[in-house]
Amino acid sequence: VFPWFGLDIGGTLVKLVYFEPKDITAEEEEEEVENLKSIRKYLTSNVAYGSTGIRDVHLELKDLTLCGRKGNLHFIRFPTHDMPAFIQMGSEKHFSSLHTTLCATGGGAYKFEQDFRTMGDLQLCKLDELDCLIKGVLYIDSVGFNGHSECYYFENPTDAERCQKLPFNLENPYPLLLVNIGSGVSILAVYSEENYKRVTGTSLGGGTFFGLCCLLTGCSTFEEALEMASHGDSTKVDKLVRDIYGGDYERFGLPGWAVASSFGNMMSKEKRESVSKEDLAKATLITITNNIGSIARMCALNENINRVVFVGNFLRINTISMRLLAYALDYWSKGQLKALFLEHEGYFGAVGALLELLDSA
Amino acid sequence: GGSLTKLAYYSTVQHKVARVRSFDHSGKDIENEPLYEISVQEEITARLHFIKFENTYIETCLDFIKDHLVNTETKVIKATGGGAYKFKDLIEKKLGLKVDKEDVMTCLIKGCNFVLRNIPHEVFAYQKDSDTEFRFQTNDPNIFPYLLVNIGSGVSIVKVETEDKFEWIGGSSIGGGTFWGLGALLTKTKKFDELLQLASKGQHTNVDMLVKDVYGGAYQTLGLSGNLIASSFGKSTTADKEFSKEDMAKSLLHMISNDIGQLACLYAKIHNLDKIYFGGFFIRGHPVTMRTITYSINFFSKGEVQALFLRHEGYLGAIGAFLKGAEQDNPNQYSWGENYAGSSGLMSTSPDVYPMQRTRSGTFDMLEMDRLERPLVNLPLLKDPSAYIPDTVDLTDDAMARKYWLTCFEEALDGVAKRAAASQPDSIDALERAEKFRQKYWNKLQTLRQQPFAYGTLTVRSLLDTREHCLNEFNFPDPYSKVKQKENGIALKCFQSVIESLDSLGWEERQFALVKGLLAGNVFDWGAKAVSDVLESEPQFGFEEAKSKLQERPWLEDSYSQWLERLKEGPPHKCALIFADNSGIDIILGVFPFVRELLSRGTEVILACNSGPALNDVTYSESLIVTERIAAMDPVIQSALREEKLLLVQTGSSSPCLDLSRLDKGLAVLVRERKTDLVIIEGMGRAIHTNYYAALKCESLKLAVIKNSWLADRLGGKIFSVIFKYEVPCK
Repeated sequence: VFPWFGLDIGGTLVKLVYFEPKDITAEEEEEEVENLKSIRKYLTSNVAYGSTGIRDVHLELKDLTLCGRKGNLHFIRFPTHDMPAFIQMGSEKHFSSLHTTLCATGGGAYKFEQDFRTMGDLQLCKLDELDCLIKGVLYIDSVGFNGHSECYYFENPTDAERCQKLPFNLENPYPLLLVNIGSGVSILAVYSEENYKRVTGTSLGGGTFFGLCCLLTGCSTFEEALEMASHGDSTKVDKLVRDIYGGDYERFGLPGWAVASSFGNMMSKEKRESVSKEDLAKATLITITNNIGSIARMCALNENINRVVFVGNFLRINTISMRLLAYALDYWSKGQLKALFLEHEGYFGAVGALLELLDSA
Repeated sequence: GGSLTKLAYYSTVQHKVARVRSFDHSGKDIENEPLYEISVQEEITARLHFIKFENTYIETCLDFIKDHLVNTETKVIKATGGGAYKFKDLIEKKLGLKVDKEDVMTCLIKGCNFVLRNIPHEVFAYQKDSDTEFRFQTNDPNIFPYLLVNIGSGVSIVKVETEDKFEWIGGSSIGGGTFWGLGALLTKTKKFDELLQLASKGQHTNVDMLVKDVYGGAYQTLGLSGNLIASSFGKSTTADKEFSKEDMAKSLLHMISNDIGQLACLYAKIHNLDKIYFGGFFIRGHPVTMRTITYSINFFSKGEVQALFLRHEGYLGAIGAFLKGAEQDNPNQYSWGENYAGSSGLMSTSPDVYPMQRTRSGTFDMLEMDRLERPLVNLPLLKDPSAYIPDTVDLTDDAMARKYWLTCFEEALDGVAKRAAASQPDSIDALERAEKFRQKYWNKLQTLRQQPFAYGTLTVRSLLDTREHCLNEFNFPDPYSKVKQKENGIALKCFQSVIESLDSLGWEERQFALVKGLLAGNVFDWGAKAVSDVLESEPQFGFEEAKSKLQERPWLEDSYSQWLERLKEGPPHKCALIFADNSGIDIILGVFPFVRELLSRGTEVILACNSGPALNDVTYSESLIVTERIAAMDPVIQSALREEKLLLVQTGSSSPCLDLSRLDKGLAVLVRERKTDLVIIEGMGRAIHTNYYAALKCESLKLAVIKNSWLADRLGGKIFSVIFKYEVPCK
């Protein structure tokens, strides 16, 4: 029974995937209730919803076959603080009259369960976010990205000139370390679709980058923060090994360009006064990214896994971080570890939730 | 360093020591002569000093060096840390010495190894919500391997495997500099200390996104608590809300501490290490950061790894640089002891005392270590050296006992000062020095009331040792020397009659009489106030009176029957090690008859006495004279000495208590060579305040008379209760 939705309610963003059937027969069209039609039309004919909802058109998966139906998979996101408005809209569009199950994952599935029931007259089917994440990753990788590879890596990550993005074949994915960077970070060791464990996590994630940028630069969107970062110079903010030792610290084999102390230069009043907001945004981005890379690398070593897949919305339009992760992993592991990335970054939990819906049907 | 200059230097200290020398008694009337001659001599010992100066007062520091630099051979000064570069020219110009820069990390680790090896109670863990925030660790004889996490502006994680082998295994750029730099940007607060103060007042939950903010509660499938931070600064992702400085500082502190803790745990796991020492300016003397780091290590290691801190962490680099410079003197071949009189101790962390202590520490904070004449090692007979704790009661933990003992030492202080002055009747400044001693020790006691953990775990032993150190500081090396001399003389006169009466007894009666004699001898203890009062007022108080004071059997702790059974049924012991206590009646009429009996059974005896004076405890050099005199009267002792079946050794200690993990190496070698299978420890200081629970690999006897009614009461007995503890290790 349509509609087919998968919902992932995170700490900062809500991710929604919607399967739009393209093989609707005239008969079906005839029987399709008005409410359902209006929802389908609303979602597929717009790319923005309200002031904050956005459909990532470039990620749309076309001519997908799901449960014997052909159609397109749409990827939509909006901030978690607009969740009440979303539920309100669902209620106005009489979503509950469709008698469908709404599968949701992420912390918000628990947090907003009550609101869905009381405001939207909807019963949520709550799903574990890590189960959904892994299911989603494996599924999307298997169907590919409209004929292209879903998974990619950076070749020559340590060489800025020759560094390029290349497809990666993830046919035999196991074991892999899955690093999901949302507001916070979860790190999973995956040995098979059913066999995985959460190794650790860190609170220094996308939310930290964005939160600190808001405080330091007064920016108000993630895009703005990244834009600023792309124009900044973090070496004005950070204290590098060469700032302390005049060059490499040979006793410990540390290169002069390595960051010795993030924001270390900001201990000095003069230097605090001479940096720009862009520099601060860049330093924040570098700090958080390097730290995630470092923890991921240690986990990979501890778990004896050499492929590390980074996902999550922190990486959306964030080439700086992706290249830095690729570089850091390669450099500090002396080429032993490979950083991999996926095109649908933050949507895997939502995809997983959709798949659970279809499995249960 | 960034804000403090830490200076380490070596000096020779001239101080008075008491020496005893046997008279040549040939042809003299020995009835009216004292037993031996006592003289006070000058002795030169080596001492290591560590002093802190604020960098603002670098000139004062350099003046200080100039004034103290007596060795004209010195051409080079070793320096490490950022200031070694910054102040190089100034130092060279002012002192006329060449600055030799040493690698920071090498110095840090050298210093760390040195304090771990030489300072008891150097290491502590932080414990939240406890009466005392610091829990001191026993020194593990094997200090390697360990992980040192140095949190300066960045974080360095170093694995230390041996004295000279260490490796940088990782690090992080998120460290103290991040807290300071980012904190200054966020809160417009410039100073590190002020940032920490802000942090201690803030609520991080206003800034951080917690698991419950995402889930509405806990994330139950993973067992993640709702209060866990899901995203640091996750709530500040908005341009239109103001956040308080305090809250942001707190959130930043948590973020950084958690991150460091997590990385440290990951590295510890990969390298299979469970000891992590934390240092660097982020940690140094800041309970706030110790608390958050400890929390993080507990959380990420699930309690498997312990976050450890060092009392003298701030000095590690200076100590290391010093050791580099003193390599030809090889300081590591010696043992060192912390001098409680000259060291200022760990600063208080309680908010009330904190500001005062901080100012004080800026200008006056020092550590002194005395080079001991002989290397100290573990008693080879300790069952588990790494688990051995000498002290019976931890006064840092036990507030009631702490109050009692501090008061007890305060009350006894006037008497001790008086006796010290009286011991040097010919010295014109004895009174003045005694008063200075009184004042110094009084101040130490007051410091300890405020901050019991200032010198590590507070124990009766540390209180006694501190008093000895303070007495020495003011040139009262041996206030009881004359008392001991007199009592030794008197006791020697009684020796033969005591032996005769013992020899007249049947075997079983004799065994009991020997034990009773040993216990009665132990009553003569000038360290116990109850006893010293009696001895002061009744100079004729003798052996028989002491016996009559003893508790009747069954004793408070009584395994005499098992001991008797062992003597009756078992083969003679191969070799007994006896730790003697007091001079006079105790050693001569108590211990020696007992030794004589053991020798007659075919048991060899190692008699161990203190190297230096403490109260009226018999010293090694006194024991030599006393033994010589007894040998002249007693053929059993004489032949045992000649055949080396009775051996006199020194313990390496000058304490009224006994730390079996720091004993003279010669003693340890002998114990091994002679296959010692019985250890006898006597006296309240050695067998009750310390070693009451010490577990040994061989049979042991712990004997004492409790000469303190509070302690007796605590153990469920009365004053002059007897402890007779015979222990056989379980197979």
